[in-house]
Amino acid sequence: MSLRSPLGQAKGLGSAKEGLHHWWAQRVTAIALIPLTVWFAFKVAILSMSDYQTVLESIGSPWSAALIVSLIVAAFYHAALGMQVIYEDYVSHKGFRIAAIIVTNLLMFLLGAAAIIAMVRIALGG
Amino acid sequence: MAEFTLPKNSVVQEGKTYLAAEGVTNVQEVHVYRWDPDTGENPRVDIYNIDLDTCGPMVLDAIIKIKDEIDPTLTFRRSCREGICGSCSMNINGRNTLACTKDIGEIDGPIKIYPLPHLPVVKDIVPDLTHFYAQYTSIKPWIQSTTPPPPDRERLQSKEDRAQLDGLYECILCACCSTSCPSYWWNGDRYLGPAILLQAYRWLADSRDENAGERLDELEDPFKLYRCHTIMNCTETCPKGLNPAKAIAEIKKLLVERKIA
Repeated sequence: MSLRSPLGQAKGLGSAKEGLHHWWAQRVTAIALIPLTVWFAFKVAILSMSDYQTVLESIGSPWSAALIVSLIVAAFYHAALGMQVIYEDYVSHKGFRIAAIIVTNLLMFLLGAAAIIAMVRIALGG
Repeated sequence: MAEFTLPKNSVVQEGKTYLAAEGVTNVQEVHVYRWDPDTGENPRVDIYNIDLDTCGPMVLDAIIKIKDEIDPTLTFRRSCREGICGSCSMNINGRNTLACTKDIGEIDGPIKIYPLPHLPVVKDIVPDLTHFYAQYTSIKPWIQSTTPPPPDRERLQSKEDRAQLDGLYECILCACCSTSCPSYWWNGDRYLGPAILLQAYRWLADSRDENAGERLDELEDPFKLYRCHTIMNCTETCPKGLNPAKAIAEIKKLLVERKIA
């Protein structure tokens, strides 16, 4: 029960004065992911017939490695942004929502970092 | 979490059935959501069988006929009965619309009438729009300008500038769109919803207004604005044929234009 006025409730704590960057980054990564995913799918399909050494050499070449790292960055960044939107939509408990966003962001960073390190090792012939 | 099921005391039960008078041939079944805050009972759906031969053509005519001739306890809002006041917005056969402009002839089978979804109910099909109106007030829906108007006349607007308000000024704030939007259902306490955002854009698009920057500052917020994911329920349901989803997209474009473009 609160006797705060309806206008006071509607205004709440005011505007966060951000949100554009999140929205824009989600769209830019989405567009980047279209060619990157298509290219990667073809790459995997073609290399599926090859032996281990050929695959390592092919994806480790500078352009392939750069494209795969770009794909990893775009995919995990896009996933983190998208999951945050879903939590904000459906998780109304503030504590759970913040915890879910932090855990997801850390997880996406961890998975992305691991994938990039693996890719760099292949590219550098480690 | 967002609530996907009704709390126990909101589960809708079977109500009374009122049969048509003897000798009536053109019978129309009308199901109406009923809830009285004073009885402590759960909501119910009453079924009225009315004589279409002595009823006007619109759903509102049927509701008025029920109140006049069958059940005076039925509570609803209405005023202009011609789609300009926005009072009789309600959910008719699964779609938010104005009862006064909804033709009974378009409906196959029973007419099913519920209050606008996901708002507190005052009584029967009257929802509580207090928060909706407060959100409207919060966007300052009036001209804000530092330049005083000319002393001898009104503020002028070119025909092209005036045309920018077409598709916006017609909004009657009936709340059909906002209450059709899942984002407004789950986060209506903070999300402004399509109706209020269309109104916010109406003032951004007004050539006489000088406070676009402040207006955009106030709108740029993950909850106030960016809960819109453009699923377009608002545009689909608007009884005035307006496009709130496009107005929201225009606000997002203005924010991009200000910072990036």
